Amino acid sequence: MSGPSRDVWVYVEHMKGAVAPHTYELLGRGRNLAQTLGGRLVAVLLGHRAVDMARTLGVADLVLRVEHEQLGAFTPDAHARTVAALAARTRPYLMLCGATSAGIDLASLLSALLQIPMVANVRAVQVEDGRVVATSQLCGGKLLCDVEVPAGAVLTVLAGAYPAEAGASTREPPVETAAPPDLLNQIRVRVERLLEPAAGDVDITRMPILVAVGRGIQRKENLPLAEEIAGLLGGAVCASRPVIDQGWLPLSRQVGKSGMTVKPSLYLALGISGAPEHLEGMRNAALIVAVNTDPAAPIFNVAHYGIVADMFEIIPALTARLKMKKAA
Amino acid sequence: MRIAVVLTMVPDLVEELEIDASGKALDTQWLHYVLSETDDHALEQALLLKDRHGAHVSVFALDYGDADQTLFTALAKGADEALKITPLPEGVLGRREAAAIFADVLRAHPADLILTGVQAINDLDGHLAGLLGGLLNLPFVGVTRSVEATGEGGIIVQKEYPGGAAAEISVPLPAVIGVISAPQPPRYVPVARIREAMKTRSIDTVAASGAAAQPVPTILRMYKPQAAGQATMITGAPEHVARELAAILESRGLLR
Repeated sequence: MSGPSRDVWVYVEHMKGAVAPHTYELLGRGRNLAQTLGGRLVAVLLGHRAVDMARTLGVADLVLRVEHEQLGAFTPDAHARTVAALAARTRPYLMLCGATSAGIDLASLLSALLQIPMVANVRAVQVEDGRVVATSQLCGGKLLCDVEVPAGAVLTVLAGAYPAEAGASTREPPVETAAPPDLLNQIRVRVERLLEPAAGDVDITRMPILVAVGRGIQRKENLPLAEEIAGLLGGAVCASRPVIDQGWLPLSRQVGKSGMTVKPSLYLALGISGAPEHLEGMRNAALIVAVNTDPAAPIFNVAHYGIVADMFEIIPALTARLKMKKAA
Repeated sequence: MRIAVVLTMVPDLVEELEIDASGKALDTQWLHYVLSETDDHALEQALLLKDRHGAHVSVFALDYGDADQTLFTALAKGADEALKITPLPEGVLGRREAAAIFADVLRAHPADLILTGVQAINDLDGHLAGLLGGLLNLPFVGVTRSVEATGEGGIIVQKEYPGGAAAEISVPLPAVIGVISAPQPPRYVPVARIREAMKTRSIDTVAASGAAAQPVPTILRMYKPQAAGQATMITGAPEHVARELAAILESRGLLR
């Protein structure tokens, strides 16, 4: 394999015929990086009947498209092996993927298949004195790590790290269609059926007020405390992943990377530390109030108001105050 | 079915994390490790498959942190065999180097199904599951929330997509699966049973091979983030905090 070009590739994530908003964030940053590195910005669009989406990728210098039935819904094997085949012909200097349920699969597999370095959970990437430096977020946001990114590396970039507006364009980009690699016909990993989000009793994406509970709720028996506040506020209870994994609330109440993205007028976060996966789903709420015992909890970096306290001391006081207001 | 479960230990976030003198790594002198949460789910998924279909479950861990405790706990939960990879190369192991060591060991201990957590809180240079899929050149699916045997020599996994969506994906075996969660919470095992396992069961050791140098990024510095300072902090007694908060909500028309 020859040395890498100066090009920056962005893997285009899409679902149901629409490009994922996160992809535009990557394209915007990729545009800047490609310009600094002196290369092209290439949007890599894999899919089945995905040609229309290429028109929305005008910020790229080139859309590199591969069409195949196996690329219709994402599977890591089909997508990573196709990108690997493309990269074997023209190696990019950098490849940007979302730190998403597709991106983390794709990037790790690519890293091993192509024997290229990977940097995970990147929240900033720039060129400094001719070298690419990325800042990765570790330990639920409690640590940051600056790394020098070698040429040819693949990065997974956290949602919200860059504005999506910079990746939007009305320009019609040039599209190059590449032949699908033969190995796609040999891959036996197949999507049998797509599963829609479970219809819950409450659609949290439509609720104006959400009371969110995290690991700090400690046990299922404590959930009524949050439900009472939600009831007083006219909202609903939702949760971060650990609460859902315990089976205390249904999947339809999960906020975050693989759950719902919400944008309520009020997001009251109780006992949620603010792991990147959770922040991804709620950071655009109009008003975020967080209660956590850890003053360094990352949730306070996105909250508008913060309370460093035991939620079990705050909840009864707030419940009493809200009842008093209601009665007045 | 032979199932291999790859277990990794990660820093316990309940403890204060300190950076070492180099400024490029965690200070491990007082660092307390716990089993990575998604690996715990991978173990639960393996034990569920064993419960339903019968399987031989082997658990693998690198020799750092409290690997023995982790492995004996897995045995007490129902794993059939525990293997500790030791000694390890000098220095801090990145995820990529760990993947290369695990891959070498798993080649010598082949399994029909390799399960591990899809990501860990300290992943910097890759995620173990996907790296293993690529290094072992096996079919791979990550971010799964259930794995079921088909009875036809394969498995059906549910992979999560964004927005609460998912897909059922058929995967031929052997394969590597990266688990985000098992269909049920990891089972609890009483301390007495772990102690019993320590007395009655044993951990086999496997030598870490001299895995080839892996392509990894260069760490420039590790540090704690400065608070973004966005949040206005409300302090005081709970009643005072509640009063302030209610006033804020009322001023924004959020109290009905």
